[in-house]
Amino acid sequence: MPTVTLNKNVFEKLVGKKLPIEKLKERISMLGTDLESIEGNEIQVEIFPNRPDMLSEQGFARAFSSFIGVKTGLKKYKIKKSGHKVIVGKGMEKIRPYTVCAIVRNLKFDDEKIREVIQVQEKLHTTFCRNRKKAAIGIYPLENIKLPIYFKAMNPKEIKFRPLEAKKEMTGLQILSQHPTGRDYGHLVEGLNKFAVFMDSNNEIMSLTPIINSHLTGKVNEKTTDIFIEFSGYDLEYQKIGLNMLAALFSDMGGQVESMEIVYPDKTITTPNLEPTKMKIDVEYVNKKIGLNLKEKEMKTYMERMGLGYEAGKALVPAYRADIMHPVDIAEDIAIAFGFENFEEEIPKVSTIGEEDSFEVFKRRVANILVGLGLIETCSYHLINKDDQTTKMNTKLELVKLSNPTTEEYNTLRQWMTPCLMNVFKHNRQHEYPQKIFDMGVAFKKNKNTETNVEEFTRVGVGISQPNTDYTEIKQILDYLLRMLDVKYEIIEYEHESFISGRVGRAIVKGKKVAVVGEIHPQILSNFDLDMPVAVFELNLTQLFELIREKN
Amino acid sequence: MDIKKVIEGLHPLERKVLPVLVKHSSLNKIVEKTKLPLAGVMRAFQWLQNKEIVKLKEDVKDVIQLDKTGKDAAKNGLPEKRFIKAIKEKAMKLNEIAKKAKLEKDEVNACIGILKRKAAIEIKRDGKEMIISITGPGKKLLDQESLEEKFLTKLSKNSLELDKLEDEDKFALDNFKKRKTFILVQNIKTFSAELTEKGKKIVKSGIKDVKVVDRLTHEMLKTGKWKGQTFRRYDVKINVPQISGGKRHFVNQAIEYARRIWLDMGFKEMTGPMLTTSFWNFDALFTAQDHPVRELQDTYYIQNPEKGDLPKQSTQTNTKRSKNYKIVEQVKNVHENGGTTGSQGWRYKWNEEDAKRNVLRTHTTCLSAKTLASLKESDLPAKYFSVGKCFRNETLDWSHLFEFNQTEGIVIDKDANLKHLMGYLREFAKKMGFPKVRFRPAYFPYTEPSLEGDVYDPIHGKWIEFIAAGIFRPEVVKPLLGVDVPVLAWGPGLDRMITSAYKIKDIRDLYRNDLKQLKNMKAWMRL
Repeated sequence: MPTVTLNKNVFEKLVGKKLPIEKLKERISMLGTDLESIEGNEIQVEIFPNRPDMLSEQGFARAFSSFIGVKTGLKKYKIKKSGHKVIVGKGMEKIRPYTVCAIVRNLKFDDEKIREVIQVQEKLHTTFCRNRKKAAIGIYPLENIKLPIYFKAMNPKEIKFRPLEAKKEMTGLQILSQHPTGRDYGHLVEGLNKFAVFMDSNNEIMSLTPIINSHLTGKVNEKTTDIFIEFSGYDLEYQKIGLNMLAALFSDMGGQVESMEIVYPDKTITTPNLEPTKMKIDVEYVNKKIGLNLKEKEMKTYMERMGLGYEAGKALVPAYRADIMHPVDIAEDIAIAFGFENFEEEIPKVSTIGEEDSFEVFKRRVANILVGLGLIETCSYHLINKDDQTTKMNTKLELVKLSNPTTEEYNTLRQWMTPCLMNVFKHNRQHEYPQKIFDMGVAFKKNKNTETNVEEFTRVGVGISQPNTDYTEIKQILDYLLRMLDVKYEIIEYEHESFISGRVGRAIVKGKKVAVVGEIHPQILSNFDLDMPVAVFELNLTQLFELIREKN
Repeated sequence: MDIKKVIEGLHPLERKVLPVLVKHSSLNKIVEKTKLPLAGVMRAFQWLQNKEIVKLKEDVKDVIQLDKTGKDAAKNGLPEKRFIKAIKEKAMKLNEIAKKAKLEKDEVNACIGILKRKAAIEIKRDGKEMIISITGPGKKLLDQESLEEKFLTKLSKNSLELDKLEDEDKFALDNFKKRKTFILVQNIKTFSAELTEKGKKIVKSGIKDVKVVDRLTHEMLKTGKWKGQTFRRYDVKINVPQISGGKRHFVNQAIEYARRIWLDMGFKEMTGPMLTTSFWNFDALFTAQDHPVRELQDTYYIQNPEKGDLPKQSTQTNTKRSKNYKIVEQVKNVHENGGTTGSQGWRYKWNEEDAKRNVLRTHTTCLSAKTLASLKESDLPAKYFSVGKCFRNETLDWSHLFEFNQTEGIVIDKDANLKHLMGYLREFAKKMGFPKVRFRPAYFPYTEPSLEGDVYDPIHGKWIEFIAAGIFRPEVVKPLLGVDVPVLAWGPGLDRMITSAYKIKDIRDLYRNDLKQLKNMKAWMRL
């Protein structure tokens, strides 16, 4: 989860109150964030991904201050009209359709502030912007830029500028192949024949978005007081919320935010707009959801504790809150402000009847019968190496394969249990014999007649390994199990590549093949590095259960 | 102390060993006299010591014996002796000597050193060759048996105790030690047993006079011969060899426990496939299609068959109601614009093909979604639970597994609310063995409000995160159920509970399938 690092002194100033450490810790966690550490003057807080607006010192302090009742209610932001324009070129809708921009003046940057701005930008890039896939942020010192600004598409070869921290000018394609940031984010513009750039009226390229800024026009330093900020991406509303977060942040830093006019070929919009959005709140709905009996006035107080406003049946939602989609989100905020520790818990007197899945009950019976014979249950992974299921078992199977296995050791889903048993025997070679085990679990097989084109069966594999194990010993177990389950069966002769020819059979119940039983072929034993005989049976429990139920 | 009782309890082995102990004490002697196997005498010693009849003494001795070269020398003579024997008649070149005396090159060199020190040979140079002849003292040496040779003869018969060597033998030993692989010194433990006062009394009172029966046999019972017999008293406190039996895997024992808690609380079980379409695993749970959890590094996707069907085309889902028909459309709408839920939705274009992609379920919540889709309003209120394996794309290490167990319950009730959720959670945690619980706000994409329940772990003396919980968002419930009814949902960290209860530090130990570990694993003991 993303974290925000707070300077304790700055944080306390922003909040407007000092709390003892224990209280601070407790309040932070009851706000729905998590205090990770306090070391000296540095506080680290984990922020849930639904609250990117808290990913800065200013943003977190703003939320915290109102939560503890110091500066409550909707915060008002004044935005001056700058009248400056950002002109969006034609054909952007296919490349990078939207941008929203703002100017902030009278900022006092020092080393620490610059670091913080970079940090916030990075955190928003990885979280809110989904690694720049959904949106990207650019921040530029205004002094090097000649207004108005153009947001336009350019041929990668014609894009020429010196990217941040690079020594020389590069073309768009060179940046993708040679600049480290270009290599990291190049995939985001893959397949485009034109790239999106911001350019000023001197025809200086300010940035290749969403990849990198220019070193000349896109680097904030201690002398910077006025900045140009932009968000760009695919969803206009999303870009607006992002810009609002930054606008509120810079305003809280002491800057004067000025709006800009974004001139699209078909419309002109003015951004940012920090006016709150309104959401209708039904007092009864909220009370029902959270189980309280609050009056409208109390709700208003609690909303104000969460930095919201309330007016005539409507919640005023700050323009930087990305998580409020439905009145239920307001209900949660009210519950948080009320305090999760203050709820009177209650179990309703509703009568329902507990019921176990009948197949689960059946599986347990089977396991108990096998345990009664002295077998030990093992538990193998559902994921297994392809060769363990096929080559090493001397079989050819059409397996269900993962498209992104973590390692090749576990690259397919198991289709049968016997390879799992063989692996268990292999890993227990050093332990005493006899070894008598069973493993019960889900196996996967392609089947076009299901929703996923895969069918799942629960199978049980039973394996015996010891110097003189044989067909008789393993068949006795199968026979006992089926007799105890009151199942009539017959064994027919069968040939199977994994078993010794003439020592393998198939169990048939009501004409259906439900199990294979036999002695494992010595070649297979050798494939699993075993020098001890193994006898196995494998039974399809899902199928057997259906057959048993048919009877009743 | 009742001597009679003690005598009645003597095992046949003890009965054999005890009389011999009057005159002898060393283990070897006792073995020799009783003609019992060594292990048998040792067992008798141990038992007798436990009964304070004898006192055992452990003797540690350094014993020397001949090693490989030593044995060879004992057979063929010492190398230096063979050397001078070869030149007894005439002086010879080195290689001739080696051949005649059958010596290796390094042995030859060692011999020259030894023999020169004893002035037994004389060396002349003829160009590059060395010609070696025997001297007067050398001839004398040939005639008499040296200290080394005497010692060698002794050692070739018996191994000797280091402490008991005579002085001249020690001198020879020091010389031998300089030679490679000549002597082997071994640290050997032996036992001796001496009768205690009690032991002496017992022997004196006459062991053989007390007749006891060792085993009650079928024969005795049949004939009635058991009547009037005294049975040998056993030492009932004695340790017995460990055995082990068949058993369920310990993880499954723990799962049975969790299952019972849900059943006790009136929940009905839901089950379903592990491989599912993204639709049920993500889309139906209002997880946006660009949400990071859907990326390849978090979720396992299937290469083949890559895709499945959405509910409307499915033959497997419940087709009793026409509701299912609309589910895909409703889910699409709720993602794009909130549909009829009053939500804004995620405001993007929902892609049907993405929803068809097969995944290994990342949570059992997909079962809850399917259950909601199968219910009618008249089925409410209802409570369901599930237990099952889930998957995440994760490299195996001590704290991560790509397969994990999840258990989760839902309460679908028109009147349910956050207060009830907390009430259920406290009861559930109590049943799981954690009476102290506290709640904090949290965030999960498909619940609102969301909360995390910490429980107090009395063993480690700290609060631990234990239950994730919340009320399903209307964007989840309405498209599936048709109406927006509160659905309380929660799931504890099951694997965490299991590793903590079994004190397992490396989570891979859950599925190592080591038979020794499984045999020794304790039964699940929470009640």
